Amino acid sequence: MSPALLDARLVVRRDAFRLDIELRIAPGETVALLGPNGAGKTTALRALAGLTPLVDGHLTLDGRDLSDEPPERRPIGVVFQDYLLFPHLSARDNVAFGPRRHGMDRTSAHAVADRWLDRVGLAGYGRRKPRHLSGGQAQRVALARALAVDPVLLLLDEPLAALDARTRLETRGELRRHLAAHPGATLLVTHDPLDALVLADRLVIVEQGRVVQEGDAATITARPRTDYVARLVGLNLYRGRGSGNTVTIAGDFALTSTDSVEGDAFVAFPPAAVALHPSRPDGSPRNTWPAVLADVQHHGDSLRLRLDGPISVAADVTPAAAARLHLEPGRELWVAVKETETRAYPGDG
Amino acid sequence: MRTARVPVPLLVPAVLGLIFLVLPLVGLLARTPWSTLPARLAEPRVVEALRLSLLTSTMATVVCLILGVPLAWMLARASFPGRRLVRALITVPLVLPPVVGGIALLLALGRRGLVGQWLDTTFGITLPFTTAGVVIAEAFVALPFLVISVEGALRGADSRYEEAAATLGSTRWTTFTHVTLPLVAPGIAAGAVLCWARALGEFGATITFAGNYPGITQTMPLAVYQTMESGDLEGAVVLSLILLVVSVAILAGLRDRWLTAP
Repeated sequence: MSPALLDARLVVRRDAFRLDIELRIAPGETVALLGPNGAGKTTALRALAGLTPLVDGHLTLDGRDLSDEPPERRPIGVVFQDYLLFPHLSARDNVAFGPRRHGMDRTSAHAVADRWLDRVGLAGYGRRKPRHLSGGQAQRVALARALAVDPVLLLLDEPLAALDARTRLETRGELRRHLAAHPGATLLVTHDPLDALVLADRLVIVEQGRVVQEGDAATITARPRTDYVARLVGLNLYRGRGSGNTVTIAGDFALTSTDSVEGDAFVAFPPAAVALHPSRPDGSPRNTWPAVLADVQHHGDSLRLRLDGPISVAADVTPAAAARLHLEPGRELWVAVKETETRAYPGDG
Repeated sequence: MRTARVPVPLLVPAVLGLIFLVLPLVGLLARTPWSTLPARLAEPRVVEALRLSLLTSTMATVVCLILGVPLAWMLARASFPGRRLVRALITVPLVLPPVVGGIALLLALGRRGLVGQWLDTTFGITLPFTTAGVVIAEAFVALPFLVISVEGALRGADSRYEEAAATLGSTRWTTFTHVTLPLVAPGIAAGAVLCWARALGEFGATITFAGNYPGITQTMPLAVYQTMESGDLEGAVVLSLILLVVSVAILAGLRDRWLTAP
């Protein structure tokens, strides 16, 4: 990995909540800070921007210590969740605002603004006030405004959350192009795994103020380490103790896998790999146990079932299979998971 | 369409209250000497008082804006020890009888007052019984209206715009002038009108601190009072009518802000 452009340990305390995360981002790299609501993602972004003070830690950007600098002296651009375009200024003056504050004269700042508006595909929209822009256009103006000050670090707070589904799809692709062109570091805060997977080179997962997992998309989707990540990528995940091909999860309940693992271990399998039988299946595959149906929900074209038993498990079945099984809450079923469908991997490291 | 029946115990006092508020205005209009009105309006005494009133209340409003907007900003945006106390102090002139305010001003800025003494000996400036004194008396009474109104506007404005400005390299002062002020401009305008109206109607503090000299300190309300005292009821009615017209004009100007019920 190339030397980090951003090197930070952010410690922020707010009432009972404590954020303590370390972040390193290389030049040109886009990192997604992904986590559930209330995990501290936005707090981390605000701390980087200088809008929330650090109680501990450090913040170095491009070799410069920024921990005590006020926001206006940090070479950082922010795209806020609801954009916060100044309502009294035109799109062009919004984009020119940063360059003007950095000492550029009006004419040059307007030239810079026009160039950025052109780059985000909004040439000719410069005279419009924010209230006359669509959501997607406002998002692009906000991006242009943040980039117009040539930030070393670009911060994006849920940049697509305020858009409707179709606009989001278009804007996501475009945003990806702009982030790839940005020579500095980029941190993207999101709770949408798709945004993170499409836009970021690396994911950092935050839960309750701490980093619980980080790595590239492939690693994280294949080997989730918390329930939250497992749900994000749609896997059943259990932690236990591995011994050979067996991982013991609760009491004497164990799952077998074709992978071999020793000591602290995770075992994961997709809901689609779960087979359900009205009675104990013949030929008894290794991972078989009785369970009770707790909940049924629509999930795309299939039904997602939640079953209680020695372990709680999510299973996807087709509507046809569901009809055959007479699904109703409280129904007892047998669960089977082929050992070739489960993945086991070490829990520490 | 079915309209809900208004209970009589609510309806009767409500109607009485309305009559109570409107009746005096009707009386004023009924006794207005419409035929001699143009001639009376042109009387030098009336013109002089009106000119002085408009001048002093406008200047008082300017003073209030210069001092009040920063004060409102401090209350709304800065955190400092004793902020609650400061806000309490600001509201004192609001509830203080204006006559008492006038006496307090005399004791502070009068020739032998706390600061007035020093102003007199060092700069030869005397404030009481001058037009400047009128402006000070009016500003003293009107300032709380402006501060409270602008503070409300500032609290209502989304301070995250100011954070966005900071991330774009804007200092707090530039953010104030380029972002905050434009965002709360309607609130400041409303506060200024309220402040101006209060200054225009000021009587107690003015007559106590600045006296009642025609052409120098005799504003419209003072002229109404003196005309009435001298037994010229018709003259007092004419002057009152002018103040009524100005007040209604202000109300009309602010109707979008206050008269549209939620």
